[in-house]
Amino acid sequence: MLLDKHGVLGPDTWRHLGDDEPAADGEAVTISFKRWQAEGERWREHSGPLGLRLPNDIAPAAIAAALDRVALVVLNFPRFVDGRAYSQARLLRDRFGFRGELRAAGNVLRDQLLFMARCGFDSFEVDTERARAENWSTAFREFDLFYQPANDRAEPILWRRLRNWQTAAE
Amino acid sequence: MYHYDEYDRRFLEERVAQYRDQVRRRLAGQLSEDEFRSLRLMNGLYLQLHAYMLRISIPYGTLSSAKLRGLAEVARRWDKGYGHFTTRQNIQFNWIHLEDTPDILVHLATVELHGIQTSGNSFRNITTDPFAGVAADEIDDPRPYCEIVRQWSALHPEFSFLPRKFKIAINAASEDRAAVKIHDLGLNLRRNAAGEIGFEVLVGGGLGRTPILAQTVRDFVPRRELLAYITACLRVYNQYGRRDNLFKSRIKILVQSLGIEKYRAEVEDEYAAMGAERDALALPDAAVAAMQAQFAPPAYREAANDDAELRRAQAAEPEFARWIERNTRPHKQAGHAIVIVSLKPLGRPTGDCSASQMETVAELADTLSFGEVRVTHDQNLVLPHVRKSALYDLWLRLGAADLATPNIGLASDIIACPGLDYCSLATARSIPVAQALSRHLAEREVAIGPLQIKISGCINACGHHHVGHIGILGLEKNGAESYQITVGGSDSARAALGGIVGPAVAADEVTATVDRLVDTYLRLRRDGERFPDTYRRVGLAPFKEALYVAR
Repeated sequence: MLLDKHGVLGPDTWRHLGDDEPAADGEAVTISFKRWQAEGERWREHSGPLGLRLPNDIAPAAIAAALDRVALVVLNFPRFVDGRAYSQARLLRDRFGFRGELRAAGNVLRDQLLFMARCGFDSFEVDTERARAENWSTAFREFDLFYQPANDRAEPILWRRLRNWQTAAE
Repeated sequence: MYHYDEYDRRFLEERVAQYRDQVRRRLAGQLSEDEFRSLRLMNGLYLQLHAYMLRISIPYGTLSSAKLRGLAEVARRWDKGYGHFTTRQNIQFNWIHLEDTPDILVHLATVELHGIQTSGNSFRNITTDPFAGVAADEIDDPRPYCEIVRQWSALHPEFSFLPRKFKIAINAASEDRAAVKIHDLGLNLRRNAAGEIGFEVLVGGGLGRTPILAQTVRDFVPRRELLAYITACLRVYNQYGRRDNLFKSRIKILVQSLGIEKYRAEVEDEYAAMGAERDALALPDAAVAAMQAQFAPPAYREAANDDAELRRAQAAEPEFARWIERNTRPHKQAGHAIVIVSLKPLGRPTGDCSASQMETVAELADTLSFGEVRVTHDQNLVLPHVRKSALYDLWLRLGAADLATPNIGLASDIIACPGLDYCSLATARSIPVAQALSRHLAEREVAIGPLQIKISGCINACGHHHVGHIGILGLEKNGAESYQITVGGSDSARAALGGIVGPAVAADEVTATVDRLVDTYLRLRRDGERFPDTYRRVGLAPFKEALYVAR
């Protein structure tokens, strides 16, 4: 199942194609980066929604040209301690202006969800049983204050404090 | 000194609640040890040889008396009555129970302390000059910048799962007392020709099994751009740093394999492309000014800069005179001195401090140093603002608590990690080696003059042995402890890595070996020359030879 950034569990409506699996007409599918590289132009013509699965050792710049056609990018955490996809997410959102769905897949655990959400992820492939048992949906609300600007546009403490000081001075 | 506001307090409360829930889930079996490990490490909790060890962050080594009392309380209530100050200006407690840790963190939060990011593959405690704000050779106070970087780096959403730990140090004086060149990222505060403050950014320093000194990425980054530029440096590392091999995952290896030019080009490309993110991270002058106001100097009372009385006391008591000479430093405010409180009494574990000693120092800080205490990276404490007229009284009271050993910068002022007596990574003991050396060398340490001996109990080099004038690395060979010895290292502005003098020696040969190296230095040094300078002039050969002849 998928968890969204509001903590709601729901079904995955996408089909994730293997590298020689065909897509049905109008079907929402994701393909691998490798397949996009080899057959990109053909997939642009696909009649349904299209998603891309980007490995975490490929720079997001490599799919920048695809983003106008893509509704979903799936980034991977092969192990939860491998944090490359956090930077990929920030770049996709901030640098390349991707506004579609950004999904975290792989070793996605409760205590990384808030970091991921702040970097611009908005859906998460999770272990449904664990997500229910450990109440993962509350993980997004563990903090309501942050020290640094990120993709969530929360006003960081340092800047918020400065604004308060300036208001007080006026 | 920086004090928390409502935002900092709320953030920390949220953090403690989050951690309490993590411990609960671990104890309930919902989290595997592997999953919990990384979470507890992000709160400074290690599993060591005998018990859990909790490392508490002391941001840039600055403590208030209230914080120090808070630490004393932890030592008394939850540990065995003492703590250990580390080379990262932190403190660690060695006998902690997992179940107690949420309560300990609640207690520490009341004095604005925590264990966030004292371990794990993220930003570690930002360190700086222990004499920040009072040193005469300072360009600008580094602490406001340390605090800004500390806040920015706390639970950073993008950089909490880096390839490996990441250490930042800031130096703001002409003499480098922050050892910036042995850090993943070092910042040298500078003033440009127009009088503006900025930073030289160095990257890729570190010790461990591959000791490398940091290299300059950019000569001058205006302070307004500091956070944005560091972000670019980190983003390149997060994407390209190695993750396949623990020993090759520090940024120094990335910089080494790319070469500094290529790394710099990557950073500059990233920085140039950052656009709006750069604006979001820009530090307005007003923000810096507001932070600087937090570190305003204390209200020094006018004090005459007349040392006549002090000189009389020194003449009357040679022990006091020696302590003044060794354990005090010039202060930029007339009539005041910086006092270094030695945590290296002869024959005792270096950097250890009992709860009652902490309380004594807190009390003395309140009455004689505006409530301020610092921790040095060589594991001593500092009372940064003492009136000269109070020095004699202070000396007596420190002496009564065994805190006035007059050995700062001398042979018995050894840096040592906890070693195999505590640490699960260690391959040999450090503490007994340091104890034997300090007892042996103390008698002639005044004649020897400034000498830094640094001891690590394993290749990870927490004791900074590579940059010791004499460095000692504990190894395990065929089931026995042995010690590899280096000479000529330095962590000053002219940082250098020591050279290996020969095959490793057995534990009971360390003292005699060091003795010979010291003799060689004394024989070769030209008037007043420090060990690393002699080494730079004569090279490794005479030291090797001295040991070879002895064999």
